[in-house]
Amino acid sequence: MGLTKRIVPCLDVRDGRTVKGRRFVELVDAGDPVDLAARYDAEGADELVFLDITASIEDRGPMEQVLARVAERVFIPLTVGGGLRTAGDVERMLRAGADKVSLNTAAVLRPELLADVATRFGSQCAVLAVDARRTGPGRWEVVIHGGRTPTGKDALAWIREGVSRGAGEILLTSMDQDGTQAGFDLELTRAASRAVGVPIIASGGAGTRESIADVLTAGEADAALAASIFHFGAYTVGDVKRFLEARGIEVRQ
Amino acid sequence: MTTRVGVIDWGGGNLGSVVRALRRVGGDPVLAAEPGGLAGCERLVFPGVGAFGDVLGGLRGRGFEPMLREAVEAGRPVLCVCVGLQALFEGSDETPEVPGLGLLRGRVRRFTAGKVPQIGWNRVEPAGGGAGGVVDDAYCYFVNSYYAAPEDPSVVAGWTDYGVRFASAVAWGPLTATQFHPEKSGDAGLGLLRRWLER
Repeated sequence: MGLTKRIVPCLDVRDGRTVKGRRFVELVDAGDPVDLAARYDAEGADELVFLDITASIEDRGPMEQVLARVAERVFIPLTVGGGLRTAGDVERMLRAGADKVSLNTAAVLRPELLADVATRFGSQCAVLAVDARRTGPGRWEVVIHGGRTPTGKDALAWIREGVSRGAGEILLTSMDQDGTQAGFDLELTRAASRAVGVPIIASGGAGTRESIADVLTAGEADAALAASIFHFGAYTVGDVKRFLEARGIEVRQ
Repeated sequence: MTTRVGVIDWGGGNLGSVVRALRRVGGDPVLAAEPGGLAGCERLVFPGVGAFGDVLGGLRGRGFEPMLREAVEAGRPVLCVCVGLQALFEGSDETPEVPGLGLLRGRVRRFTAGKVPQIGWNRVEPAGGGAGGVVDDAYCYFVNSYYAAPEDPSVVAGWTDYGVRFASAVAWGPLTATQFHPEKSGDAGLGLLRRWLER
Protein backbone atom coordinates (compact mmCIF):
# COMPACT_ATOMS: atom_id res chain seq x y z
CA MET A 1 0.00 0.00 0.00
CA GLY A 2 2.33 2.74 -1.15
CA LEU A 3 5.65 3.91 0.12
CA THR A 4 7.24 2.86 3.35
CA LYS A 5 8.30 5.46 5.87
CA ARG A 6 12.04 6.01 5.66
CA ILE A 7 14.66 6.05 8.39
CA VAL A 8 17.58 8.24 7.41
CA PRO A 9 20.71 8.32 9.54
CA CYS A 10 22.61 11.56 9.13
CA LEU A 11 26.38 11.82 9.32
CA ASP A 12 27.91 15.23 9.96
CA VAL A 13 31.32 15.09 8.33
CA ARG A 14 34.20 17.44 9.10
CA ASP A 15 37.54 17.01 7.35
CA GLY A 16 36.60 13.41 6.51
CA ARG A 17 35.49 12.37 10.04
CA THR A 18 31.98 11.97 11.47
CA VAL A 19 31.19 14.47 14.23
CA LYS A 20 28.07 15.27 16.20
CA GLY A 21 27.11 18.50 17.92
CA ARG A 22 24.27 19.88 19.97
CA ARG A 23 22.41 22.87 18.60
CA PHE A 24 25.03 23.22 15.87
CA VAL A 25 27.99 23.51 18.31
CA GLU A 26 30.02 21.35 20.78
CA LEU A 27 31.38 18.80 18.32
CA VAL A 28 32.27 15.25 19.38
CA ASP A 29 34.07 12.68 17.18
CA ALA A 30 31.71 9.88 16.10
CA GLY A 31 33.96 7.73 13.91
CA ASP A 32 34.88 6.96 10.30
CA PRO A 33 31.98 7.89 8.02
CA VAL A 34 32.55 4.99 5.64
CA ASP A 35 32.41 2.36 8.40
CA LEU A 36 29.42 4.08 9.94
CA ALA A 37 27.62 4.25 6.59
CA ALA A 38 28.22 0.53 5.98
CA ARG A 39 26.94 -0.28 9.46
CA TYR A 40 23.75 1.74 9.01
CA ASP A 41 23.17 0.13 5.62
CA ALA A 42 23.55 -3.34 7.16
CA GLU A 43 21.09 -2.36 9.89
CA GLY A 44 18.46 -1.38 7.33
CA ALA A 45 18.86 2.37 6.80
CA ASP A 46 16.73 3.50 3.85
CA GLU A 47 19.14 6.18 2.76
CA LEU A 48 22.00 8.20 4.17
CA VAL A 49 22.60 11.91 4.45
CA PHE A 50 26.10 13.36 4.72
CA LEU A 51 26.38 16.95 5.85
CA ASP A 52 29.79 18.42 5.18
CA ILE A 53 30.52 20.85 7.99
CA THR A 54 34.13 21.36 7.00
CA ALA A 55 35.06 24.81 8.23
CA SER A 56 36.94 25.93 5.14
CA ILE A 57 34.92 26.16 1.96
CA GLU A 58 38.11 25.66 -0.07
CA ASP A 59 38.72 22.15 1.26
CA ARG A 60 35.85 19.95 0.09
CA GLY A 61 38.09 17.20 -1.25
CA PRO A 62 37.75 14.87 1.77
CA MET A 63 33.95 14.83 1.37
CA GLU A 64 34.24 13.65 -2.20
CA GLN A 65 36.64 10.92 -1.13
CA VAL A 66 34.22 9.81 1.59
CA LEU A 67 31.36 9.69 -0.93
CA ALA A 68 33.40 7.74 -3.44
CA ARG A 69 34.35 5.16 -0.81
CA VAL A 70 30.80 4.88 0.54
CA ALA A 71 29.32 4.50 -2.95
CA GLU A 72 31.52 1.46 -3.60
CA ARG A 73 30.13 -0.30 -0.54
CA VAL A 74 26.62 0.96 0.05
CA PHE A 75 23.84 0.64 -2.55
CA ILE A 76 21.10 2.86 -1.17
CA PRO A 77 20.46 6.53 -1.95
CA LEU A 78 23.15 8.92 -0.72
CA THR A 79 22.51 12.61 -0.17
CA VAL A 80 25.22 15.17 0.47
CA GLY A 81 24.89 18.75 1.65
CA GLY A 82 26.85 21.50 3.27
CA GLY A 83 28.61 24.34 1.53
CA LEU A 84 27.35 23.56 -1.99
CA ARG A 85 27.05 26.88 -3.82
CA THR A 86 26.93 26.25 -7.54
CA ALA A 87 25.70 23.71 -10.07
CA GLY A 88 29.39 22.89 -10.54
CA ASP A 89 29.68 21.94 -6.85
CA VAL A 90 26.61 19.76 -7.27
CA GLU A 91 28.02 18.06 -10.33
CA ARG A 92 31.25 17.21 -8.49
CA MET A 93 29.31 15.59 -5.64
CA LEU A 94 27.05 13.61 -7.99
CA ARG A 95 30.11 12.43 -9.90
CA ALA A 96 31.79 11.39 -6.65
CA GLY A 97 28.86 9.10 -5.85
CA ALA A 98 26.01 11.14 -4.38
CA ASP A 99 22.49 10.59 -5.69
CA LYS A 100 21.03 13.80 -4.30
CA VAL A 101 22.34 17.08 -2.99
CA SER A 102 20.86 19.13 -0.22
CA LEU A 103 20.92 22.89 -0.75
CA ASN A 104 20.40 25.27 2.13
CA THR A 105 22.10 28.67 2.47
CA ALA A 106 23.01 28.94 -1.21
CA ALA A 107 19.38 28.33 -2.22
CA VAL A 108 18.18 31.15 0.04
CA LEU A 109 20.83 33.56 -1.20
CA ARG A 110 20.34 32.55 -4.85
CA PRO A 111 16.98 30.78 -5.31
CA GLU A 112 17.61 30.25 -9.04
CA LEU A 113 20.21 27.64 -8.01
CA LEU A 114 17.34 25.20 -7.31
CA ALA A 115 15.94 25.55 -10.81
CA ASP A 116 19.42 25.32 -12.24
CA VAL A 117 20.12 22.04 -10.43
CA ALA A 118 16.66 20.63 -11.12
CA THR A 119 16.93 21.40 -14.83
CA ARG A 120 20.43 19.97 -15.24
CA PHE A 121 20.21 16.94 -12.96
CA GLY A 122 16.49 16.46 -12.25
CA SER A 123 14.25 17.42 -9.34
CA GLN A 124 14.83 13.99 -7.83
CA CYS A 125 18.32 15.03 -6.85
CA ALA A 126 17.50 18.54 -5.60
CA VAL A 127 16.74 18.42 -1.89
CA LEU A 128 15.94 21.76 -0.27
CA ALA A 129 17.25 21.84 3.30
CA VAL A 130 15.48 24.30 5.53
CA ASP A 131 16.60 25.15 9.06
CA ALA A 132 13.56 26.62 10.77
CA ARG A 133 13.25 28.38 14.10
CA ARG A 134 9.93 28.94 15.80
CA THR A 135 9.03 32.63 16.10
CA GLY A 136 5.44 32.32 17.30
CA PRO A 137 2.37 30.10 17.22
CA GLY A 138 2.35 28.34 13.84
CA ARG A 139 5.21 30.51 12.59
CA TRP A 140 8.78 29.61 11.78
CA GLU A 141 11.64 31.59 10.34
CA VAL A 142 14.34 30.33 7.98
CA VAL A 143 17.85 30.52 9.46
CA ILE A 144 20.96 30.11 7.30
CA HIS A 145 24.72 29.82 7.66
CA GLY A 146 24.49 26.74 9.85
CA GLY A 147 22.04 28.31 12.27
CA ARG A 148 23.77 31.66 12.66
CA THR A 149 21.87 34.03 10.40
CA PRO A 150 18.12 34.63 10.74
CA THR A 151 16.59 35.65 7.42
CA GLY A 152 13.15 36.91 8.39
CA LYS A 153 11.80 34.55 5.68
CA ASP A 154 8.70 32.54 6.57
CA ALA A 155 9.68 28.85 6.50
CA LEU A 156 6.43 27.53 5.00
CA ALA A 157 6.39 30.19 2.28
CA TRP A 158 10.01 29.37 1.45
CA ILE A 159 9.26 25.64 1.28
CA ARG A 160 6.42 26.32 -1.18
CA GLU A 161 8.66 28.55 -3.25
CA GLY A 162 11.47 25.99 -3.19
CA VAL A 163 9.19 23.28 -4.53
CA SER A 164 7.87 25.56 -7.25
CA ARG A 165 11.50 26.22 -8.23
CA GLY A 166 12.24 22.52 -8.57
CA ALA A 167 13.08 21.00 -5.18
CA GLY A 168 12.09 17.33 -5.17
CA GLU A 169 12.25 16.79 -1.41
CA ILE A 170 12.43 18.92 1.73
CA LEU A 171 14.86 18.20 4.53
CA LEU A 172 13.29 20.17 7.34
CA THR A 173 15.23 20.76 10.54
CA SER A 174 13.72 22.29 13.63
CA MET A 175 16.52 24.36 15.12
CA ASP A 176 14.70 24.51 18.42
CA GLN A 177 14.75 20.72 18.70
CA ASP A 178 18.03 19.87 16.93
CA GLY A 179 20.45 17.86 19.04
CA THR A 180 18.18 17.95 22.10
CA GLN A 181 16.68 14.48 21.60
CA ALA A 182 13.49 16.02 22.99
CA GLY A 183 11.23 15.03 20.09
CA PHE A 184 10.49 16.59 16.70
CA ASP A 185 8.49 19.76 16.13
CA LEU A 186 5.37 17.90 14.96
CA GLU A 187 3.44 21.05 14.18
CA LEU A 188 6.19 22.23 11.85
CA THR A 189 6.52 18.95 9.94
CA ARG A 190 2.75 18.58 9.62
CA ALA A 191 2.36 22.12 8.31
CA ALA A 192 5.15 21.56 5.78
CA SER A 193 3.77 18.18 4.69
CA ARG A 194 0.39 19.76 4.00
CA ALA A 195 1.94 22.76 2.24
CA VAL A 196 3.68 20.86 -0.57
CA GLY A 197 3.36 17.66 -2.61
CA VAL A 198 6.93 16.43 -2.17
CA PRO A 199 8.32 14.25 0.62
CA ILE A 200 9.23 15.83 3.94
CA ILE A 201 12.27 14.45 5.73
CA ALA A 202 11.89 15.52 9.35
CA SER A 203 15.01 16.38 11.29
CA GLY A 204 15.90 17.72 14.68
CA GLY A 205 14.94 16.17 17.96
CA ALA A 206 14.91 12.41 17.42
CA GLY A 207 15.61 10.97 20.84
CA THR A 208 13.39 7.99 21.34
CA ARG A 209 11.71 5.47 19.11
CA GLU A 210 8.39 6.99 20.15
CA SER A 211 9.45 10.41 18.90
CA ILE A 212 10.25 8.90 15.50
CA ALA A 213 6.90 7.10 15.38
CA ASP A 214 5.20 10.37 16.30
CA VAL A 215 6.77 12.43 13.53
CA LEU A 216 5.89 9.77 10.93
CA THR A 217 2.25 9.63 12.05
CA ALA A 218 1.02 12.77 13.82
CA GLY A 219 3.82 14.81 12.21
CA GLU A 220 2.87 13.47 8.73
CA ALA A 221 6.52 13.25 7.70
CA ASP A 222 7.60 10.81 4.99
CA ALA A 223 10.99 10.14 6.52
CA ALA A 224 12.78 10.75 9.79
CA LEU A 225 16.40 11.78 9.97
CA ALA A 226 18.43 11.09 13.08
CA ALA A 227 22.05 11.18 14.14
CA SER A 228 22.80 11.03 17.87
CA ILE A 229 20.58 8.09 18.74
CA PHE A 230 22.31 5.96 16.12
CA HIS A 231 25.91 7.21 16.49
CA PHE A 232 26.06 6.70 20.20
CA GLY A 233 24.34 3.35 20.15
CA ALA A 234 21.08 4.12 21.98
CA TYR A 235 19.25 2.22 19.23
CA THR A 236 20.14 0.59 15.97
CA VAL A 237 18.21 1.41 12.81
CA GLY A 238 16.78 -2.11 13.06
CA ASP A 239 15.52 -1.46 16.61
CA VAL A 240 13.69 1.63 15.42
CA LYS A 241 12.18 -0.15 12.43
CA ARG A 242 10.95 -3.09 14.48
CA PHE A 243 9.38 -0.63 16.90
CA LEU A 244 7.64 1.23 14.05
CA GLU A 245 6.41 -1.99 12.46
CA ALA A 246 4.93 -3.14 15.76
CA ARG A 247 2.94 0.09 15.75
CA GLY A 248 1.55 -0.60 12.30
CA ILE A 249 3.85 1.81 10.43
CA GLU A 250 5.04 0.26 7.17
CA VAL A 251 8.81 0.17 6.91
CA ARG A 252 11.26 -1.74 4.72
CA GLN A 253 12.57 -4.72 6.69
CA MET B 1 35.36 -15.05 -16.42
CA THR B 2 33.37 -11.89 -15.94
CA THR B 3 30.67 -10.73 -18.29
CA ARG B 4 31.32 -7.57 -20.28
CA VAL B 5 28.29 -5.37 -19.82
CA GLY B 6 27.88 -2.30 -21.99
CA VAL B 7 26.31 0.63 -20.16
CA ILE B 8 24.70 3.13 -22.50
CA ASP B 9 25.73 6.70 -21.68
CA TRP B 10 22.99 8.67 -23.41
CA GLY B 11 24.05 11.91 -21.71
CA GLY B 12 22.38 11.84 -18.32
CA GLY B 13 21.39 9.68 -15.43
CA ASN B 14 23.16 8.05 -12.52
CA LEU B 15 25.62 6.08 -14.59
CA GLY B 16 28.25 5.87 -11.88
CA SER B 17 25.87 4.10 -9.50
CA VAL B 18 24.87 1.58 -12.16
CA VAL B 19 28.50 0.86 -13.03
CA ARG B 20 29.49 0.43 -9.37
CA ALA B 21 26.57 -1.91 -8.68
CA LEU B 22 27.33 -4.07 -11.73
CA ARG B 23 30.95 -4.32 -10.66
CA ARG B 24 29.87 -5.20 -7.14
CA VAL B 25 27.93 -8.24 -8.35
CA GLY B 26 30.77 -9.51 -10.49
CA GLY B 27 30.15 -7.89 -13.87
CA ASP B 28 32.68 -6.04 -15.98
CA PRO B 29 30.84 -2.85 -16.94
CA VAL B 30 31.98 -0.71 -19.84
CA LEU B 31 30.58 2.81 -20.14
CA ALA B 32 30.45 4.50 -23.53
CA ALA B 33 28.89 7.60 -25.04
CA GLU B 34 28.81 6.18 -28.58
CA PRO B 35 27.85 2.72 -29.87
CA GLY B 36 31.36 1.85 -31.06
CA GLY B 37 32.54 1.90 -27.47
CA LEU B 38 30.21 -0.98 -26.61
CA ALA B 39 31.12 -3.29 -29.50
CA GLY B 40 31.56 -6.87 -28.32
CA CYS B 41 29.56 -6.45 -25.11
CA GLU B 42 27.49 -9.55 -24.41
CA ARG B 43 24.90 -7.58 -22.49
CA LEU B 44 23.58 -4.04 -22.46
CA VAL B 45 22.23 -1.82 -19.70
CA PHE B 46 20.08 1.19 -20.52
CA PRO B 47 19.91 3.30 -17.37
CA GLY B 48 17.60 6.24 -17.08
CA VAL B 49 17.19 9.18 -14.79
CA GLY B 50 15.49 12.01 -16.58
CA ALA B 51 12.54 12.98 -18.71
CA PHE B 52 11.16 10.59 -21.36
CA GLY B 53 11.95 12.99 -24.21
CA ASP B 54 15.51 13.66 -23.01
CA VAL B 55 16.30 9.98 -22.61
CA LEU B 56 15.04 9.05 -26.07
CA GLY B 57 16.60 12.18 -27.58
CA GLY B 58 19.96 11.27 -26.06
CA LEU B 59 19.66 7.62 -27.07
CA ARG B 60 18.82 8.50 -30.68
CA GLY B 61 21.15 11.49 -30.91
CA ARG B 62 24.12 9.36 -29.97
CA GLY B 63 23.15 6.58 -32.34
CA PHE B 64 22.31 3.90 -29.78
CA GLU B 65 18.83 3.01 -31.05
CA PRO B 66 19.94 0.63 -33.88
CA MET B 67 22.36 -1.08 -31.51
CA LEU B 68 19.65 -1.61 -28.93
CA ARG B 69 17.23 -3.03 -31.51
CA GLU B 70 19.90 -5.32 -32.93
CA ALA B 71 20.74 -6.62 -29.48
CA VAL B 72 17.09 -7.44 -28.83
CA GLU B 73 16.68 -9.11 -32.23
CA ALA B 74 19.85 -11.15 -31.67
CA GLY B 75 18.55 -12.20 -28.26
CA ARG B 76 21.34 -10.51 -26.28
CA PRO B 77 20.17 -9.64 -22.77
CA VAL B 78 19.24 -5.98 -22.24
CA LEU B 79 18.41 -4.49 -18.85
CA CYS B 80 16.53 -1.19 -18.78
CA VAL B 81 16.13 0.89 -15.64
CA CYS B 82 13.54 3.54 -14.69
CA VAL B 83 12.96 5.76 -17.73
CA GLY B 84 14.84 3.07 -19.64
CA LEU B 85 11.84 0.80 -18.95
CA GLN B 86 9.42 3.52 -20.03
CA ALA B 87 11.37 4.08 -23.27
CA LEU B 88 10.55 0.50 -24.36
CA PHE B 89 6.88 1.42 -24.76
CA GLU B 90 5.14 3.31 -27.55
CA GLY B 91 4.92 6.74 -25.98
CA SER B 92 4.53 8.73 -22.79
CA ASP B 93 2.17 11.36 -21.49
CA GLU B 94 5.30 13.14 -20.24
CA THR B 95 6.50 13.96 -23.75
CA PRO B 96 3.67 13.00 -26.14
CA GLU B 97 5.47 14.31 -29.24
CA VAL B 98 8.40 11.90 -28.80
CA PRO B 99 7.75 8.30 -29.85
CA GLY B 100 9.08 5.54 -27.63
CA LEU B 101 10.99 2.55 -28.96
CA GLY B 102 7.76 0.57 -29.26
CA LEU B 103 9.44 -2.74 -28.43
CA LEU B 104 6.54 -3.33 -26.04
CA ARG B 105 2.94 -2.25 -26.60
CA GLY B 106 1.43 0.24 -24.19
CA ARG B 107 1.82 3.81 -22.98
CA VAL B 108 3.44 5.58 -20.07
CA ARG B 109 1.07 7.48 -17.82
CA ARG B 110 1.35 9.92 -14.93
CA PHE B 111 0.44 8.98 -11.35
CA THR B 112 -2.74 10.71 -10.28
CA ALA B 113 -2.79 9.96 -6.56
CA GLY B 114 -0.37 10.60 -3.73
CA LYS B 115 2.72 12.75 -3.77
CA VAL B 116 4.23 12.90 -7.26
CA PRO B 117 6.98 11.95 -7.90
CA GLN B 118 6.89 8.79 -5.89
CA ILE B 119 10.20 8.92 -3.98
CA GLY B 120 11.11 6.09 -1.66
CA TRP B 121 10.84 2.38 -1.01
CA ASN B 122 7.81 0.50 -2.27
CA ARG B 123 6.95 -3.16 -2.36
CA VAL B 124 7.47 -5.18 -5.52
CA GLU B 125 5.37 -8.32 -5.79
CA PRO B 126 6.57 -10.91 -8.31
CA ALA B 127 4.11 -11.73 -11.06
CA GLY B 128 3.34 -15.32 -11.91
CA GLY B 129 3.46 -16.75 -15.40
CA GLY B 130 6.06 -16.34 -18.12
CA ALA B 131 7.65 -13.13 -16.81
CA GLY B 132 7.85 -14.40 -13.24
CA GLY B 133 11.09 -15.11 -11.42
CA VAL B 134 12.74 -11.79 -12.30
CA VAL B 135 12.07 -9.98 -9.05
CA ASP B 136 11.88 -11.07 -5.44
CA ASP B 137 9.05 -10.08 -3.16
CA ALA B 138 10.97 -7.12 -1.73
CA TYR B 139 11.01 -3.39 -1.15
CA CYS B 140 12.81 -1.46 -3.84
CA TYR B 141 13.75 2.20 -4.33
CA PHE B 142 11.64 4.26 -6.73
CA VAL B 143 11.85 7.79 -8.07
CA ASN B 144 9.18 8.30 -10.70
CA SER B 145 6.22 10.42 -11.69
CA TYR B 146 5.19 8.14 -14.56
CA TYR B 147 4.60 4.41 -14.94
CA ALA B 148 4.23 2.09 -17.90
CA ALA B 149 0.88 0.47 -18.64
CA PRO B 150 1.65 -2.59 -20.80
CA GLU B 151 -1.15 -3.76 -23.10
CA ASP B 152 -0.02 -7.34 -22.69
CA PRO B 153 -0.15 -8.32 -19.01
CA SER B 154 2.04 -11.36 -19.66
CA VAL B 155 5.13 -9.11 -19.89
CA VAL B 156 4.67 -7.93 -16.31
CA ALA B 157 7.29 -9.39 -13.98
CA GLY B 158 6.45 -7.37 -10.88
CA TRP B 159 3.57 -5.31 -9.55
CA THR B 160 3.60 -2.33 -7.21
CA ASP B 161 0.86 -0.15 -5.71
CA TYR B 162 1.04 3.61 -5.76
CA GLY B 163 -2.53 4.81 -5.97
CA VAL B 164 -2.67 2.53 -9.00
CA ARG B 165 -1.35 -1.01 -9.38
CA PHE B 166 1.42 -0.65 -11.92
CA ALA B 167 4.06 -2.75 -13.65
CA SER B 168 7.24 -2.13 -11.65
CA ALA B 169 9.16 -4.76 -13.61
CA VAL B 170 8.68 -6.22 -17.08
CA ALA B 171 10.38 -9.02 -18.95
CA TRP B 172 9.99 -10.19 -22.50
CA GLY B 173 12.48 -12.32 -24.43
CA PRO B 174 15.92 -10.77 -23.93
CA LEU B 175 14.45 -7.66 -22.27
CA THR B 176 14.38 -7.17 -18.53
CA ALA B 177 13.30 -3.81 -17.17
CA THR B 178 12.61 -2.29 -13.79
CA GLN B 179 10.85 0.93 -12.90
CA PHE B 180 12.73 0.95 -9.59
CA HIS B 181 16.48 1.44 -9.27
CA PRO B 182 18.17 -1.93 -8.57
CA GLU B 183 21.48 -0.08 -8.15
CA LYS B 184 19.95 1.80 -5.19
CA SER B 185 17.73 -0.93 -3.74
CA GLY B 186 20.22 -2.48 -1.35
CA ASP B 187 20.49 -6.26 -1.25
CA ALA B 188 17.23 -6.78 -3.18
CA GLY B 189 18.57 -4.71 -6.07
CA LEU B 190 22.03 -6.27 -6.07
CA GLY B 191 20.37 -9.70 -6.04
CA LEU B 192 18.35 -8.84 -9.13
CA LEU B 193 21.46 -7.60 -10.93
CA ARG B 194 23.42 -10.71 -9.96
CA ARG B 195 20.67 -13.02 -11.22
CA TRP B 196 20.38 -11.00 -14.44
CA LEU B 197 24.13 -11.37 -15.05
CA GLU B 198 23.94 -15.11 -14.47
CA ARG B 199 20.83 -15.79 -16.49
